[in-house]
Amino acid sequence: MALDKPYKDVPGTTIFDAEQSRLGYHLNQFCMSLMKAANRERFRADERAYLDEWPMTEEQKQAVLARDLNRCIALGGNIYFLAKIGATDGKSFQYMAASMTGMSQEEYAAMMLAGGRSPQGNRYIGEQAGKKAND
Amino acid sequence: MARITASVYTSHVPAIGAALDLGKTTDPYWQPLFKGYEASKQWMRDNTPDVIFLVYNDHASAFSLELIPTFAIGCAAEFNPADEGWGPRPVPKVIGHPELASHIAQSVIQDDFDLTIVNRMDVDHGLTVPLSLMCGQPEAWPCPVIPFAVNVVQYPVPSGRRCYLLGKAIRKAIESFDRDLDVQVWGTGGMSHQLQGPRAGLINKEFDNAFLDRLIADPEGQAQVPHIDYVREAGSEGIELVMWLIARGAMSERPPKVVRRFYHVPASNTAVGHLILENT
Repeated sequence: MALDKPYKDVPGTTIFDAEQSRLGYHLNQFCMSLMKAANRERFRADERAYLDEWPMTEEQKQAVLARDLNRCIALGGNIYFLAKIGATDGKSFQYMAASMTGMSQEEYAAMMLAGGRSPQGNRYIGEQAGKKAND
Repeated sequence: MARITASVYTSHVPAIGAALDLGKTTDPYWQPLFKGYEASKQWMRDNTPDVIFLVYNDHASAFSLELIPTFAIGCAAEFNPADEGWGPRPVPKVIGHPELASHIAQSVIQDDFDLTIVNRMDVDHGLTVPLSLMCGQPEAWPCPVIPFAVNVVQYPVPSGRRCYLLGKAIRKAIESFDRDLDVQVWGTGGMSHQLQGPRAGLINKEFDNAFLDRLIADPEGQAQVPHIDYVREAGSEGIELVMWLIARGAMSERPPKVVRRFYHVPASNTAVGHLILENT
């Protein structure tokens, strides 16, 4: 019997469940290794060589090299782990968040100051396109 | 016997800790937020408990994907602030209360909640930012703290109902501890926020304020709200709010006295909510 995953129809959102965690185990553990200063140095010195020490998929490695966080998440990454790449790069969390939304950091920060992204039209996939929402 | 005197609820945004540590509390961006906690800090000075039981979540600091405990109780004598990639926060180490923590573990496990016992653990911003907001920047925290970490990172996280019932079991455990201690139970995390994907930046003031209303007046009802409502309405990281139900469940059945209520948007990516409830 299929497991109940009612969160699949939330737009722009990937829930880090057991399935995603399994896919992303090595990707996330690579991120975790960046908690140590010596590892951050080695990663900065040669990103590709450092990534090759991990049994990650080529797709995951490419997503890390490109700093494509949405792709990393689709491939099993979790944002709290991925944030350690940003920390290694000296980027703020808000910079990372903005990078996933297609906005510049300034635009994103302005949206937050104005009260954040409204839930209106952001509750169900297809809602914004005017398709029928579930409620 | 030990008694629960009050519960404190607050968001634990890491940027708040950074603002404090870097001396930015009077910047126009941060000033309204820290002002909102001034009266709470005074209340804390006037009502310092003997022990704080602090419910929070680890953010891939102490727990990687090697081990993901749903409920973990810190029974150690002390806990160091974690290095989250920027170096540890310059805050005091956290002194635990191993006797009470072990007593709670014993009691709550016998009550069918299978806690993971942790004897060595660093504590991240999830635990230290609430202490900073309530206590400022002291040389030492004002009392021992029992860290209680809840998995809200990997789904499925515990349900609101489970958290609320666990709070009741914690209350029973604390009230059966044979020492004259005043204990506060804190619930942290939230409020609405989403840190990932194209929907990042979601804030829902209506949901948040309705949550605060209901947490005060109808926690039993709020405890029935399913995960999906939090995710859809309050963002994927808004699910942290289930941790507030643990603290609320630890309060007496009588209506609490609302000492403080504060709400502010934004702190970086997040809506900040704060309550102090006293047992009556």
